[in-house]
Amino acid sequence: MTVLFALVMPVIFVIVLGSVFGDTPDPQGAVFGGVGGSTYYTPAYIALSAASVGLVILPTHLAGYRERGVLRRIRAGGLPVNAVLLGQIAVGLALSVVGGALVVLVAFLTTNPAGAEDAWGVVVAGVIGAIAFGLLGLALGVLLPTARAAQGAGILVWFLVFMLGGAGPPPEVLPDAMATAGDYTPLRPLIVAMQDPWFGNGWNWSRLAVLVGIGAASWAVAAYRLSRD
Amino acid sequence: MIDEPAIRVRGLRKSYGHVRAVQDVSFDVAEGEILGILGPNGSGKTTTVECLQGLRHADGGEISVLGLDPRHQVAELRRRIGSQLQDAALPEKLRVMEAVRLFASVGDGRADLGALLTDWGLGGKRDAAFGSLSGGQKQRLFIALALVNSPRLVFLDEMTTGLDPEARREAWRLITQLRQLGTTVVLVTHFLDEAERLCDRLVVIQAGRVVATGTPPELVAAHGGGITATFTGDVDHATLAALPGVTSVQLRGRAHEVQGSAAALLHLGHHLVDRGVVPEDLRVHQPTLEDAYFRLVGTDAAPAAADGRDGVPAERPGLARVGPCRARPVRP
Repeated sequence: MTVLFALVMPVIFVIVLGSVFGDTPDPQGAVFGGVGGSTYYTPAYIALSAASVGLVILPTHLAGYRERGVLRRIRAGGLPVNAVLLGQIAVGLALSVVGGALVVLVAFLTTNPAGAEDAWGVVVAGVIGAIAFGLLGLALGVLLPTARAAQGAGILVWFLVFMLGGAGPPPEVLPDAMATAGDYTPLRPLIVAMQDPWFGNGWNWSRLAVLVGIGAASWAVAAYRLSRD
Repeated sequence: MIDEPAIRVRGLRKSYGHVRAVQDVSFDVAEGEILGILGPNGSGKTTTVECLQGLRHADGGEISVLGLDPRHQVAELRRRIGSQLQDAALPEKLRVMEAVRLFASVGDGRADLGALLTDWGLGGKRDAAFGSLSGGQKQRLFIALALVNSPRLVFLDEMTTGLDPEARREAWRLITQLRQLGTTVVLVTHFLDEAERLCDRLVVIQAGRVVATGTPPELVAAHGGGITATFTGDVDHATLAALPGVTSVQLRGRAHEVQGSAAALLHLGHHLVDRGVVPEDLRVHQPTLEDAYFRLVGTDAAPAAADGRDGVPAERPGLARVGPCRARPVRP
C-alpha cells in the first residue's frame, strides 16, 4: 500500500494524463493555467506523492503503532516516543522525495514537459509541503483510533483531494462549487505553490503560508493529543 | 526502623468515561517481595499496574513507587523499573537483537544481552524480525526486555499467557532467580498455580476494589472454606458436630462429610479411633488457593467476603440442601 500510493499511482497518472493531454498549451489559455498538460501535471504529481504520505501512509502506520501497543511499549521502556514519531515522519519525507523524483524522471522520459523556470522555488515549495503533510500525517495518526480507520478515511480523503485539488481534472473545467471545494483541500496549496515557480510565475507566498499553517496546526493538535496519553 | 516499601498505593481511583475501572485499591509491596495481583477479567488489575508505571494518569489516590510519584516523576521512574505489558507490540521488522539493544540503551550498558536472550530461549532468534516470532517467543522477548536493565522493580502483566507448559516452568525458574537477586516483582496473573508458586503475597481485586490480601496460605486459611473429611461408618452426627472446630456435618449418600478447621480434623480422628471406627475410605480435602479465589470472586463471593470470622467458612449454598442433618456451628 505504501509503495502503491506514494510511488506507483503518481507515476501512472503522470504518464497517462501527460500522454492524453500532450504538452501543447490551449490556444485560449483556458485550462492548465496556460501551460501544456504534461507541464501542468508534473509538479502536481510530485505534490500528490507528498499528499499520499500525509493522508494515507503515515496515519495508517502510526495508528497501527498505537493500536497494537508499540508506542506504549516504547514509552514503558523509558525510550523517547517523540524520536519514534519523528523517525516515522523522516521516513515519510524520504518517501515523498523518492516519489517526487520518480515522477520527474518518468515525466521527462515519457511526456516531455517543459522544465521548471525556477527550480529552487519548486524545491522549497516541495520541501515545505512535504513537511506540512508529514505533520498532518502525524496528527491524523494520533487522532484516528485504529489502522483500519486511518486507512479507510485516508483513502477516501485521498481520492476527493486528488479529484478536486488539481491533480485530476484541471480546476478550470470543474463546476464552480467543486472548484471552490477543491481550493480548500490541503493538496491545492501545495500544487499551486510548486506550479507557480515551475511555470515562471514566481513564488506564491500566500500558498506557502497556508502550507506552513497546515503544518503548524497539525503539530499543535498532535502535541496536545500526545501530551494527554 | 521500618523499610520504606517499594510500592505504596492508597485509595487508587481511575475511570474511563463512565466506567469506574479502579474504585479503591490500596496495598504495599515490600522491597524484594514478589507480589501477585489476582482478579477476574475487567477487575482493574491492568489499570492498577499501568497507573503504577505512569502509563495512565490515576484520577485519585496516593501512589509512591520507589519513592517516586508516577504522575510527576515518570521519566525518572521508567529508568528504574522494568515493564512487560499486556497487549503490546514492536514494529514488525525490528529484529530481536535490535530491540534488546534499543531497550538496553536506556540503562548503564552493562547488561549481557546475549546471555539474556539465551536465558529466555531466544538465543537462536537474534536476527529474526519481531513479526516472524511466534506468540510465545514474542512474550519471552517482552519479559527479556523488561529485565534488560536489571531493574530493582519489575512489572509483569500476564507474563506466562501464551507460553507452553515448558516455557512457563522456565519462566517461573527465572523469576525465582530474580527473587534471589533481591528484585521486587509485581506479577499480574490469571494462573493460580503460578501465583501460589511464585508469590510471597497476593492481592485479590474484584470490581476495582481489593477484596483480600495475604500470603497464599493465609488466603487459603481465611477464605478456602476449611478442610473436608469424607468417610463411611457408624457415627452420630450430633456428637461429631460438637467436636471443636467442626463447622458442619452432612450426609452425602452413605458417606459422612465433616467440614471444619485443621483442629477439627485432629479431633475427628481422635474421636473415631477412640470409638474403634477406622474407616478405610477416609478422604480429606485440603482447601486450595483456587477454592479461596472462587469464594472471593466467584458467584458465591458475597457471603465469603462478608464473612468476617477467620477460618470459619460460610457454608456453600449448594451443599446445604444435600444432607438432612446439619450441625450447628460450635462456639469455642
